[in-house]
Amino acid sequence: MILEDVVCSFCGCLCDDLVAEVEEGKVKRIKRACRLGSSKMMGHGRIKAPMVRKDGELKEVSYQEAYDRAAEILLCAKKPLLYGWASTVCEAQKKGVLLAEEVAGVIDSTATVCHGPSVIGIEEKGLPGATLGQVKNRADMIVFWGCNPAEAHPRHALRYSSNVPGKFTPEGRAGRKVVVVDVRETRTAKNADKFVLIRPGSDYEVISALRMLVAGKGDFVPDEVGGIPKTVLASLADFLKSAKFGAVFFGLGITHSRGRYKNIDNALSLVAELNAHTKFVVMPMRGHYNVTGIGQVMAWETGFPMSVDFARGAAYFNPGETAACDLLARHDTDAALIIAADAASNFPRPTVEYLARIPVIQIDPYENPTTLLSEVVIPSAISGVEAEGTAYRMDGMALRMRKLVDTTYPSDEEILTNIIESVRRQRGTIGCTEA
Amino acid sequence: MKAIMISGRTLAQGAGCECKMNPDFFKAVSICSLSEGDYKSLGLTDGKNVLVKNEFGQAVFFARADEGLPPGIIFIPMGPWANVLVGPDTGGCGPPQYKGVEVEVLPTDEPVLDVRELFAGIGRAKA
Amino acid sequence: MIIKGGIVYDPANGVFGDEMDICVENGRIVEDAKGEEIDARGLLVMPGGVDAHTHIAGKKVNTGRVMRPDDSRLGAEPKTAVCRPSTGYTVPNCYAMGYRYVRMGYTTAFEAATPIIEARHTHEELEEIPILDKGALTLFGNNWEVMECVRDKDLSKLAAYIAWGLRASRGYGVKVVNPGGGEAWGFGANVKGLHDPVPNFDVTPAEIIHGLAEANEMLRLPHSIHLHFNNTGKPGNYTTALETLELLKDIKPSRMRQVIHVAHMQFSAYGGTSWRDFESKAPVIADYFNQHNHATMDLGMLLFGSATTMTADAPLEYGNARLTHNKWSNHDIELEESSGVVPMVYFRKMLVNAVQWAIGLELALLTKDPWKVLMTTDHPNGSPFVNYPEVVSLLMSKPKRDAEMATLHEQLPKRTTLGSIERELDWSEIAVMTRAAPAKILGLGDKGHLGPGADADISVYNLRPEEVDASADHQLVKKALAVAKYTIKSGVLVSRDGEILATPDGRTFWVDASVPQADIDRLMIDLQEKFEKYYSIKLSNYMVQDAYVPNPVVIKAGSQDLRSEGVA
Repeated sequence: MILEDVVCSFCGCLCDDLVAEVEEGKVKRIKRACRLGSSKMMGHGRIKAPMVRKDGELKEVSYQEAYDRAAEILLCAKKPLLYGWASTVCEAQKKGVLLAEEVAGVIDSTATVCHGPSVIGIEEKGLPGATLGQVKNRADMIVFWGCNPAEAHPRHALRYSSNVPGKFTPEGRAGRKVVVVDVRETRTAKNADKFVLIRPGSDYEVISALRMLVAGKGDFVPDEVGGIPKTVLASLADFLKSAKFGAVFFGLGITHSRGRYKNIDNALSLVAELNAHTKFVVMPMRGHYNVTGIGQVMAWETGFPMSVDFARGAAYFNPGETAACDLLARHDTDAALIIAADAASNFPRPTVEYLARIPVIQIDPYENPTTLLSEVVIPSAISGVEAEGTAYRMDGMALRMRKLVDTTYPSDEEILTNIIESVRRQRGTIGCTEA
Repeated sequence: MKAIMISGRTLAQGAGCECKMNPDFFKAVSICSLSEGDYKSLGLTDGKNVLVKNEFGQAVFFARADEGLPPGIIFIPMGPWANVLVGPDTGGCGPPQYKGVEVEVLPTDEPVLDVRELFAGIGRAKA
Repeated sequence: MIIKGGIVYDPANGVFGDEMDICVENGRIVEDAKGEEIDARGLLVMPGGVDAHTHIAGKKVNTGRVMRPDDSRLGAEPKTAVCRPSTGYTVPNCYAMGYRYVRMGYTTAFEAATPIIEARHTHEELEEIPILDKGALTLFGNNWEVMECVRDKDLSKLAAYIAWGLRASRGYGVKVVNPGGGEAWGFGANVKGLHDPVPNFDVTPAEIIHGLAEANEMLRLPHSIHLHFNNTGKPGNYTTALETLELLKDIKPSRMRQVIHVAHMQFSAYGGTSWRDFESKAPVIADYFNQHNHATMDLGMLLFGSATTMTADAPLEYGNARLTHNKWSNHDIELEESSGVVPMVYFRKMLVNAVQWAIGLELALLTKDPWKVLMTTDHPNGSPFVNYPEVVSLLMSKPKRDAEMATLHEQLPKRTTLGSIERELDWSEIAVMTRAAPAKILGLGDKGHLGPGADADISVYNLRPEEVDASADHQLVKKALAVAKYTIKSGVLVSRDGEILATPDGRTFWVDASVPQADIDRLMIDLQEKFEKYYSIKLSNYMVQDAYVPNPVVIKAGSQDLRSEGVA
């Protein structure tokens, strides 16, 4: 059976033109996906059954026993952390918010170690943006700043940005200029018309200099900023202003570096300034296929896009205090539910060392280092292949992920529903032992 | 030598991230890339490893040269090996500093740990 | 259930303050019923409030939330046994949206604008809003297909596109915002007036508006086109308003209603040539509405304090941001629309804001027929909806208006006639403007009234209309309207003295219009090409799926004889 217009469940591009060949209840082939997408969609070794750690070893148990043990851990914790969410569908994310309210915990997403700073920057300055189709149809200049789509969003250029033809851009790549700003010459940089090598940690100053040059206040800019001569910056500023429609895509190069959200704050101001001269839009290159979704779901349900603490029954938001890495660094959480993410791999080692000391519940289709630390492991269906639901692309476009094959694994949504049911049932009757 | 470490995404890392217990992932993310000049000046050749360390920890990596890297900058794909070098401080806003990390790089004959060995010291990693 | 002894205002059925019982059975108003009795003796009773123009769900609302954690922190309320946690003031979370409307006695609210391609998001949010019945108006003023059909004078293909677009978005009606300007903004430009051609498309805003109005009537849609004028928010724009209204006066409505509903008229009743000599032209506008019967308006009243402007008029939002040096979000939507979100604060001592405040009131008071005027604040552009009681008490009380004016910029009397207006609205007129008229204007036959068969949406207020002088005791009016004594939705008591008692799901109204298959076939040729070449998603992933509208009320309409076969 050939299934067309399948939506990919890997990165924030959320390509919806994949073609899947399904035979005997398995995905045999995926066409049009990039290497990242096909590795995800094709599937491979799975966690076979739920497990609970007994005497130091993970032992297979029934789903119900796993749900009950998970509920017990969350109920007995003073401040549980519910973390991850970026690689599952909105229907599951909504259950996550409800669960966090039920257990008065903190709900946070992988955004806080990724584009969380972009969110904070947006809180400061707003987001002058557009959908990807606008870039496709109108942009004659693309800027990739601190991101490497050739490795992280492989079909971005082909479908949405530098290489794709559109209504007012019929020449595709030939009619566009591509600027790459990075600390190293990446594969993306090799295809740029202009590559600007920047000293690590100096994005803020360089953006400030560009803002001044764009606004005609170049006299204040020193001869060299961030390893870049003023003449290069001045010509870059003019180059940007010469665009009819510019699109700036930025990534973890500036969210992870010195300055964090201030870099984004500044970049957003630069784009706003450019709009006084010509048309410019800006977009964060969201990594996971539904990290945008958890931000949207949390915003409309709790008022805030990430890092929400329900300890007092009302939503409290303060990244730097209530984000996952902050809580773990301060030892201010005593249990963690990790879903659709791999904290053990992606958090700093000292943070992971604390995570290993508290009970961890993992919900994931696949084994990963977080499994090594877990008290309870609950294998789930793969969203976008075995379970359907909603996902939001990096530009906020909502698409429905399909179910391609049947499975006996429960979906994330079902698992969370069952944990909530167990929490409600066990509340008030459970006897919690001291850790 | 002193260097600045950048950790980030690669195709191989991304393609392996749903099977992290698999040797392919291990090979993809335990590689440290250096500029050609730095690679030579450390006396590295095919098959040689590097020890990268800083105040937060240390780890052994496979080494390779990358002509796109300026001198003094090393690149390690995101993952548990890179994160041995990343500190817990989030600068008051949520993310640790995964890029622009000050490190020291030395050639070594020590082997690169596999994923279970890397986590062996941590808590209850026994499965 | 029986609501006993209330002083009922049900203008649609000719009831103006009669003491009567209201009987409910199976979620509907009936002649007689047994069951639970609610004591409403002497108290003000009206149908549940209907908000026909408010921004409650969708991408721009959520963008407002994300960019305003400062706003979300206000109004943070913990969860209760019945309620999820609430946050926000100008951009409440979905739960607060439902609870706070219901606490005020409102039971229906319609999202003012959704682009077709982002309607999935709109419905996700609408579904999270508890209790209220709702719908969303779909944007058609800048879509490439619309402009091409209008350019080619192909009205039946345009009608087919509207029908298709409503189905794709599960939308209720045709919303038009700064037509042509949204497309021009794709490259950072705008249109300056009705006859300014849209770059690259060879049509004018006037042609777009006229074409959409004609197609709307061809389709016999329950609602008329709902228009946000070109030049909204600019000094001197009242001429554009009048010119646009004139454009449509010869179109015959296909139903017993207006041909054009004007969104937030206040923002387009401006005189002067700049912010310096800015003045109210509300009397001229009101006069036009008094002389003509083809148009209705909602006020878009501005109140002092915090607001969040959010609209598909992206150039206007960019202007707001530059004027106030404020944070600015923009979102241009491929082939369809553009939009912007900018926080605002309106100041008593700022002359322009004071005049804007006065204009909203002038429009309501100078337009003779309350059936043409809906009381709104274009939430959250003019003020959050929780401040509706403030507007009502101003409309009902000259002393209150005078007291307010005394606190505003001293030049205000020179720019508005408000000070000289004696009229005070009464409860019948308020009931029209907030219940009967919005339902009629939208074409919701079972809403906004308490006749047998109507939805049992009822509000009871802690105020004795026969004893209270709304003019002198305006504080009592405001206080009573802020927290309904009882709110009943579909026959269920959902709120009592501000406490939410139950959170049943509301329903989503959308319109399924039929057109000849031949027109659909022609349309699909265009659309297939657009999806192949220009859209960034596939046609098969575009339409809003059933899963997003689990509680639909589908209203049929169409250009065909409704009894005939061959319906698409």
